[in-house]
This record gives sequence, C-alpha cells and structure tokens, in this order.
Amino acid sequence: MTTLKELSHKSELLSGGHRACAGCTEPVAVRQILMATDTPLVVCCPTGCLEVTTTIFPYTAWRMPWIHSAFENAAATLSGVEIGYKALKKRGKIPDREIKFIAIGGDGGTYDIGFQALSGAMERGHNMVYICLDNEAYMNTGIQRSSATPKGAHTTTSPAGKVVAGKRDFRKDLTACIAAHNVPYVAQAIPSMWKDFINKVQKALAVDGPAFINVLVPCRLGWGFPPENAIEIGREAVSSCFWPLYEMENGKWRLTHKPKEKTPLKDWLKQQVRFKHLFKPGNETIIEELQADVDRNWERLQKLCEFTA
Amino acid sequence: MRVAKTGNEAMAEAMRQINPDVVAAYPITPATEIVQIFSGFVADGVVNTEFVAVESEHSAMSACIGSCAAGARTMTSTSSQGLALMWEMLYIASGLRMPIVLAEVNRALSSPINIHCDHSDTMGARDCGWIQIYCENAQEAYDSLIQAVRIAEESLLPIMVSTDGFIISHGMESMEMLEDAQVKAFVGEYKPQHPLLDLDHPITIGAIDFTDYYFEHKRQTIEAMRNAKGIVAKIGQEFGEKFGRHYGFFEEYKLEDAEIAIVVLGSTAGTSKVVVDELRQKGIKAGLLRLRLFRPFPYQELANALSGIPCIAVMDRSDSLNSAGGPVFTEIRSALYDLEIRPKMVNYIYGLGGRNIDLSQIRSVYEDLATNKTDELVRYLGVRE
Repeated sequence: MTTLKELSHKSELLSGGHRACAGCTEPVAVRQILMATDTPLVVCCPTGCLEVTTTIFPYTAWRMPWIHSAFENAAATLSGVEIGYKALKKRGKIPDREIKFIAIGGDGGTYDIGFQALSGAMERGHNMVYICLDNEAYMNTGIQRSSATPKGAHTTTSPAGKVVAGKRDFRKDLTACIAAHNVPYVAQAIPSMWKDFINKVQKALAVDGPAFINVLVPCRLGWGFPPENAIEIGREAVSSCFWPLYEMENGKWRLTHKPKEKTPLKDWLKQQVRFKHLFKPGNETIIEELQADVDRNWERLQKLCEFTA
Repeated sequence: MRVAKTGNEAMAEAMRQINPDVVAAYPITPATEIVQIFSGFVADGVVNTEFVAVESEHSAMSACIGSCAAGARTMTSTSSQGLALMWEMLYIASGLRMPIVLAEVNRALSSPINIHCDHSDTMGARDCGWIQIYCENAQEAYDSLIQAVRIAEESLLPIMVSTDGFIISHGMESMEMLEDAQVKAFVGEYKPQHPLLDLDHPITIGAIDFTDYYFEHKRQTIEAMRNAKGIVAKIGQEFGEKFGRHYGFFEEYKLEDAEIAIVVLGSTAGTSKVVVDELRQKGIKAGLLRLRLFRPFPYQELANALSGIPCIAVMDRSDSLNSAGGPVFTEIRSALYDLEIRPKMVNYIYGLGGRNIDLSQIRSVYEDLATNKTDELVRYLGVRE
C-alpha cells in the first residue's frame, strides 16, 4: 500500500513548466501514474492535450523515454515498442532490464479514433498498460463532442441551441468494451482519489499482459468550473455514481469505493457550465434521463460484482 | 544457388535471410504471400524475428515506427489500399527518421476496386520521404530488399522496394539466391543511434514543432534524401562487387547511340527490351532507360543519360489526374529542361488496373517516335476510348 510519505520521497518524472491549463487534472493524473512504480517506464501518448502541453520542441517535460507518433495509434505504436523490446531482449541486444510500457491517451484518441488500435493491441496480448485520461470531449481542438461526452453536455459540435439541448446521445461505456476483450485487468479511477488510482496502476503494471484503466479527468475549460474545484468536482463524480470506481481482475468485478451516500446527479451537473442549459424549463426530462442512466449502470455494476464474486 | 521463385517468394526469402528483429504486417492481395511465407518461417523457428499480425496497415506502420524507435531492425510489407491506409504514418516514419524497410507489391488503387498491377499506390506515396526502388523481376526484388536494409540504416530514411503485382509477385522465375551467411554478413548488425529503450539516455520522440522549428527539421529530412542517392549508389556497387549483380539508379539498354528511346519502370522493361532488339535488328536505333530509383530522383544523371536523344517517350503505369501526364513523365521532362537541346517528349499512360501491355503496344510507341508523332503530350495505350 502506497503512503503519501513514500510518494513524497519519489523523484518527479514529469517536470514542472509544462503548458497545461491551471486546474488541469491531467498532469495530476500523470504524476500519480509515474509515482506508482520504481520500474523504468516508457510512455507513449497520442496527439492531444497532454502531448502538446508537455513536448513543445526544444523542451520536454518527460524525464524518461517518451514517444508520440500520431493521434489514432498510441496503442499500436506502443505495441511496436513493446515488441521491439521483446525482440532485442531475446537477442541479447539490450541489457536484461525490466521495462514497463504505458500509453496515456485522451478520450478522443481512445474512445473514438484510436478505438481500433486499442482493441487490436488488447487482443494481441501485449505487455502494456493503456490509460485513458477521459475529459469527455476533444478539449485540445476546442471542446468538440466525443463518444465519451455525456448526454446533454454542451460542446462546440453539440451546442445547446434553440431546438437542441446539447449532445443527443448517451456516452459509450468504454471500460466495459475493453473488459469484453477478456484482458487480465481493467479499472476505472480518478485522480481525486489518488490512493485508489495508484493502487490500480500498480495492479495493472503487475499483470502479465494488457491492462486498461479509464480515468476521469475533469477539464475546467471544457466543463466550465473554477480551476480550484478540479479535485472536488472529481470526488462528486464518484459520489454521484456517475463515475464509479471499480476494477475487473481476471473476470471478477469489484467496487473499490462505495460512496457513503449516493448524491443526486443534478448537484454535480449544476456546478458545470456545459450542463447549464439543462436547468432551463423544458429540459428537466434530460436530467431525469441522465439520473436514470446513472442508476441503471450503478445497479448493473453492483450485480456484476455480486455475480462474479 | 539457382532457384525458381515468384517475386513474393523471393522477397520472403530475402526477409528470412535478413532475419529482422521485428516484422509487423497486415494481409493484402497481392502482397499477402510475403508475410504469409514469413510467418511460416517464424512458426518453424527458421527465423527468430518477433512477428506481429496487427489489425490494420495503419497499425502495421505505427507498430513499425514504435519498434524501430525502440532500436529494432524492422520490416513490413503491403500493397495498394494498405499503403494508402499507411499514408499518414509513412510521413511520420520519414519525419522521425525511422529506417523501416517495406516490401511493396504494386497494385491499382480503388475506385474501382481492382487487385492488379499499376503504380498508383507507390506513386501516390512519392512525396512522403521514403526511398523508392522499382524492380524489374524477382531477382532484382530479392537483391534490392537485401540492399534496402543497409540503404535505410545508413541514410536514416525508410525505404520501399516494389514489384509489379501478379506479373512479378506471382510469376515464377529462375533466379540466383545468396547463401544465408553471405546475406547476414552483408546486412550486418543494426546499431541504432538514439534508441528509445536506452534508459540511461532518455529521449522524447515525436515532440511538437511550432513555426520556429518545423522548417529546420523538414530541411534535415530533405538533406537526408539528397544524401541517400550516394548511399544507394555505394551499396549497389558494393553488392555488385561482392555478388556480381550491379545496381545503379537506372539501367541503360542500348541507349548510347539511340535516336528514339523510352523510359520505363518495372516489369514492362522486359517486354520493351524485346522490341528494342527487334528494332535494332532492322537497323533502327532504339534504346531504353529503365528507372529503378524514383526517390530520391536522380535528375542530373537522368539528364546526362538521355541527352542527345531527339525523341523520348515516358511510360507511366499511373496517371496523376492532373491532365498533364503521369508522375514519371512530368519529373523526367523537368529533369531534361536544362539540356541545351531539349528532346521531343511524349507520355504514354498504360496498363492501369493490370491491363496487359504487349509487344505490339510497345512497338506502336517506338513507331510513333520513329515517325515523329509527338505532337500530343499524353497518350493512352491499350484503352478502349
């Protein structure tokens, strides 16, 4: 079990001085990921906020081997790095040292354009961890809807207009999609609950084969909240059961955190500008639909945990 | 060792003897056989390459980039739509200076969908920073793929070696194979300069350039492509000295005193040489230039070789759809612009989608040149108008 005291002695592998927004939870998540292990890591990022804010040439915030090639292919690129490692190690061309491989992509690069490459890499059984930092829209290009965007959310391509109240469709349950690949380890986490998250990264890294962690990273710009609330708003995503924290380990589903009291979803929605229009008269049904969806998923998840226990 | 091999078998055998660290590939007609045969070598332990059967060509090239960045000697194979799906990653492979070797089999691009030979696939990829070698036969494909490993690694640029789909890829030919040990010694060991897996010297690969650096980085790739010409020549010469088969930028066939000549790529050269011989027997001074290296484009050497020939036809097995001729034609014509006496030039687009090119068609081209029928810039050979 990791303690804060232990973490405080670790060297930071993501340096300060990168260009992420104030209140961005992505670097927070990345620091937690990199602190989870002492084993040398290679990180691969697809094109996105994290990549553009940390590697503006001639600078880099990564004090470790890091690679980016394109947007839709972090899983494929990293699977190549991993297979290269395997080949070179087998032939004695590199020192016999253990290296772990982590891809860190956004929801656009993971749920949407990178979905095929991710599915392929998971199916092929590469020894790698794919971590999705899901901020629920294409934030790097200026807040466009993705398949991770919740129903009703305003984005620049699902705007709340006079006749349409934001995104029309429910979000994709990517974590369940990857669990359906029967990989050894799948989890959902949030940087607001650092201990839970770091434990999951450690478990994922310990697995022999592919692992996937879906991490909700509140985006102050795309969601519309004061930067100082970034961690708290994440906690409320968990307490409302909008973002349940769980893991699937070798087919067994387990809640890693059960909220003491399930808070109403509308309290969470209300704090975000992207849902503002839902509180106007006439849009009540959308909030009800969203709450019903959260309830249904929460129920289903609990049953899955019971069923596979 | 003299053997009978198809083009695909020859390429697969070359890959076996190269025994690369990693192969990542996806099946596509007519190149499928290459990785199919190679995966058999892996399954039987004939090679100890790590073979990854990825879920698309885009991922194939992405995985090749990852593997090559890791420091592994990396190869792949594809054709047509597969190369088209790789397009984005082809540019990234060269921009990141990854010496990946690709065994390509030329096939027409959709639409209409067609599985047969033309050069539209690789010609479409001509500006993506890959060295391109077009082969006439299985022997050349085999020899070129072996040389390609060294060319890529010395120039730090990716390279594609291509054969004509079905005509060469599936046509059985008698060819000479080297001993395994000879190939092993020739390709040597790959020593990557800045591998990602060097934990003691961690690097960032694929950083973002703004307006203050992009141009300089592109300029370096441009320079690498310029330098690649010398490397292709050097390695071709070394190969020739060691194994007796010499390779340059192009092959000149009875060109020296030619009064009419055609420029051609790939397997059509074989058919054309028969016509040149026929014409020579009749006392007509016909010649041929078979271009092998299209990227980098050896424009000065081409101008020297073609200078003094009054009438030249350039044969293109793809069209640029620019209404001004095919890609080989426009570039050769540009290369000859500075000649003191510019030749009459005409472009023939032929063989799209695998349409057969036969002796009578080649004869008609030489006849047009001999009778000075060069007023029309672009002509189409063997198509129903």
